[in-house]
Amino acid sequence: MKLTGKVHKFGSDVDTDAIIPARYLNTSDPAELARHCMEDADPAFPSQVKQGDIIVADKNFGCGSSREHAPIAIKAAGVSCVIARSFARIFYRNSINIGLPILECPQFIDEVEAGDKLEVDLVRGEIKNLSRGKTYLAEPFPGFMQDIIDKGGLINYVREKVR
Amino acid sequence: MKLMGMTITEKILAKHAGRDEVHPGELLNCRVDVVLGNDVTTPVAIEEFEKLQADRVFDRTRVVIVPDHFTPNKDIKSAEQAKGVRDFARKHGIVNYFEIGRMGIEHCLLPQEGLVLPGDLIIGADSHTCTYGALGAFSTGVGSTDMAAAMATGEAWFKVPETIKFVFRGELPPYVGGKDLILRVIGDIGVDGARYMAMEFTGPVISSLSMDNRFTMANMAIEAGGKNGIFAPDEITLDYVRGRNKREYTLYYSDADAQYAEIREYDVTNMEPVVAVPHLPENVRNVSEVAGTSIDQVVIGSCTNGRIEDLEMAAGILRGRRIHPEVRLIILPGTQEIYLEALRKGFIEIFIEAGAAVSTPTCGPCLGGHMGILARGERALATTNRNFVGRMGDPQSEVYLSSPVVAAASAIKGAITPPWEVK
Ligand code: SF4
Repeated sequence: MKLTGKVHKFGSDVDTDAIIPARYLNTSDPAELARHCMEDADPAFPSQVKQGDIIVADKNFGCGSSREHAPIAIKAAGVSCVIARSFARIFYRNSINIGLPILECPQFIDEVEAGDKLEVDLVRGEIKNLSRGKTYLAEPFPGFMQDIIDKGGLINYVREKVR
Repeated sequence: MKLMGMTITEKILAKHAGRDEVHPGELLNCRVDVVLGNDVTTPVAIEEFEKLQADRVFDRTRVVIVPDHFTPNKDIKSAEQAKGVRDFARKHGIVNYFEIGRMGIEHCLLPQEGLVLPGDLIIGADSHTCTYGALGAFSTGVGSTDMAAAMATGEAWFKVPETIKFVFRGELPPYVGGKDLILRVIGDIGVDGARYMAMEFTGPVISSLSMDNRFTMANMAIEAGGKNGIFAPDEITLDYVRGRNKREYTLYYSDADAQYAEIREYDVTNMEPVVAVPHLPENVRNVSEVAGTSIDQVVIGSCTNGRIEDLEMAAGILRGRRIHPEVRLIILPGTQEIYLEALRKGFIEIFIEAGAAVSTPTCGPCLGGHMGILARGERALATTNRNFVGRMGDPQSEVYLSSPVVAAASAIKGAITPPWEVK
């Protein structure tokens, strides 16, 4: 599957309170969460993000709480993929479990700017920066996690066991 | 054949995966002893659980649900969330569902009730589930989907983490405790310094540290990005556990030849109490460096520092004194049992006479939920664990983090104050 979108760039240690502030956690409705996505990091983000856009961030993206509302808000805002230098553990796990594509690729992060157009091939882990004419390869997922993603998230993966 | 030495974390994971030996980096499917959720994360887990079409949870006694974040409910939406959780708990006969009036902040409550024990493997849909590592358990935070899957199957997948060992030596100075030790560590290694890793706390200082101080330290492992924080169980652990446990438990210890990614040594003898300044827990300063910073609100409570010893420390400073007229002091005992004990010991009277507001147990302002939200431009000193942008209210408010001793002393002076200056 190929994704194309425009880059929204963030710095290091973007925490889950910045992704979706706790004041909105009295709901789990994805559309409502999306309306406040990233608002404490960039108040303009919810109004500017377009379907398919890509969040690019430096190290430790998604640190802090275990709220799955964070990747849910990002996905519901239309973001097709998050690329970071590194991810916090629980955010990484949650993203895989709910089927939000995420990639770690340090070299790409060093050379990307806000507004760049990207084409991402998830299966091959290939990131093309169309604005700069450069191509990068992200860290592949371990096979076990690829299985979960291929089945469309953890719930589908587990369903076979429960039956 | 002799097996390779393993850490306590590796041994607990191996046991729960039915293996003799595991190595960092391996992916395992493990049996879990306890699955936890709260009023914010359980609603999402219920939706996912329903998609699984499982008729029942794997074990009615091992799913624990604690509505503590927005309770007593702060608005209609949070009341609806809590109701959804309550209905689910009734439908599935969840034995350990804790209703308002009998509850507490989850990470204070579960150890108190003896629901989490040494040697356990625990997952919780709350990042501070790492708190139970203080008991010698492997305990880690996950998301709601993991909670849903584990409620149905009693299992979860893990990658075996590498371990960093932290050794504390020397003599703990007055006013320095677990909160200062863990903040110092986070200040040194950064908020992602232990990302994906286990943090094992050892050394002579730890051996004589109380359970409440150990809970505080394990609680904040996640603030360094850690997967879990863990302490070897000892007599202090067993004193705490005996009489609370309703089932058997197992003690695990790291082998002498266990492999560590890194070993970091600390001499605590000349340590000062510390404060983390906005907006990351890694921004750690000695209290004397930030003394004089004015504050509008002080919060003493949370799963980090809402236990009886924390309240005792605060009461020790506040006894017979009144807080600064321009400061609001909000104190939240961690559980009903802690509240009652504080009442019987006279701490609550000390707090109210000092001019504090004392609340029923709740997470409340810790996550900017309710019970003490900050306006734009306001500054709080809190005994909580996170000082991210907007964590306690307006995105332009500020949170400083400290121990209860520093918090109480600062409430008296109206500015960040080293405890020895309140005499
Ligand atoms: S007290 Fe704060 S950190 Fe602890 S569980 Fe509640 S919201 Fe989370």
